[in-house]
Amino acid sequence: MNITVRVWRQKNADDKGKMVTYGVENVSEDMSFLEMLDVLNEQLTLADEEPIAFDHDCREGICGACGVVINGIAHGPQVTTTCQLHMRSFEDGAVIDVEPWRSGAFPVIKDLVVDRGSLDRIIQAGGYISAPTGSAPEANNLPVPKVDADHAFESAACIGCGACVAACPNGSGMLFTAAKITHLGLLPQGQPERDSRVIGMVEQHDHEGFGSCTNIGECTAACPKGIPLDTIARLNRDLLGALAHGDA
Amino acid sequence: MAVSGLIMLGYLLVHMYGNLKFFQGQDKFDGYLHETLPHMFYPYLPEGGALWIIRVLLLVALVVHVYCAANLWRRNKAAAGYVGGKRYHTTQNKTGVQRSYASFTMRWGGVILLLFIIGHVAQMMPNWLSPGGASDSKYDRVVNGFDLWWVVLLYSIGMIAVGFHLAHGFWSALTTLGQNHSTTRRGSRWTAISIGLATLITVGFLSVPFAVLFFGAGS
Repeated sequence: MNITVRVWRQKNADDKGKMVTYGVENVSEDMSFLEMLDVLNEQLTLADEEPIAFDHDCREGICGACGVVINGIAHGPQVTTTCQLHMRSFEDGAVIDVEPWRSGAFPVIKDLVVDRGSLDRIIQAGGYISAPTGSAPEANNLPVPKVDADHAFESAACIGCGACVAACPNGSGMLFTAAKITHLGLLPQGQPERDSRVIGMVEQHDHEGFGSCTNIGECTAACPKGIPLDTIARLNRDLLGALAHGDA
Repeated sequence: MAVSGLIMLGYLLVHMYGNLKFFQGQDKFDGYLHETLPHMFYPYLPEGGALWIIRVLLLVALVVHVYCAANLWRRNKAAAGYVGGKRYHTTQNKTGVQRSYASFTMRWGGVILLLFIIGHVAQMMPNWLSPGGASDSKYDRVVNGFDLWWVVLLYSIGMIAVGFHLAHGFWSALTTLGQNHSTTRRGSRWTAISIGLATLITVGFLSVPFAVLFFGAGS
């Protein structure tokens, strides 16, 4: 198949940036989206042009590095990561627009690569448990109800790709933050720091310049790991609880 | 945002109950407005006291709601990372994947509602702004006003705006207060309840003007 790709080109953080159109011929429908970009980059290299910079690592849908907005949708038309999106999801002759994640908290480094360090700093502000390390404890010493374990696991599936922020009309990182709050808040190990965690993480989230949640739900629709929207209600409930306990 | 919104929603339900008394006729409607309401909780509160408490509470709720909305609007615009006036330069999928019409018209819909409320309060001042003719009977003023097509049109715009605002707003308020555990934005029980509530309010409020204009009620 032959396609036309319109890509956001931006030399560095200070450059204004613009959409540039390229044609890509003989694309196999079994290629992943990133492989298509690799082919395009080979074309550009042979033509002595600067290849397109894009983030990628595992290429198996678990690292969360390869986030780009395709045709206005985070990770494109399938609910998965960009590396797991295949060219068969597009028509022959399609015009495909590729842009970086857009958020005040994700400055563009180059072309499609953004700095997602703000998500790491939210985790540093409380997305952990302080527990002595050592060998794994006896599992039956700490019973966890099956329902809670399942739900915590569901939330722990977040890979921190940032699609929720890119999809949110408010540029809010609420789903990312809420996934971690839910994951640790449902498990016994997360209880001692439950209040300080939610306050710390929400403060850092706002400090990084992420927007506020207005409960539109685009985040869950875009999330490649299917983090459910009820995590946001859990975050709000924990936050109200923490404020009521006065543990700010 | 959520708490002030729910206070105003509670008031709307009581307000709609009052409006529907219109169908009981002039005596009951005027009696409710001129006698029952001013004597609410009388003699524990002075005559008209409860109404003043409600007015102050609503005004505070409205101011808080508008302040929060303006603050959210400003912060979220900065957070969305616009480049050259646009966020994404593609023209495809401008309305996202699943966001509802109600959810992305909250802000401008809210502005319409604010204008409506200002006009509506001005009109409810005793014989200050009376389209269709002034009268000491509020029942007569309702009939006079709603006999005019453009009054009904403006009123309908306000009520449809409030319907959309509530369809997302009620759902959203419960989430903000940590009570709504729907796993998706669409298709949940709370989505159905929010839309039902919004429809109830819109239909309830529109029943009086439509009855006057199209079925000649009260004349």
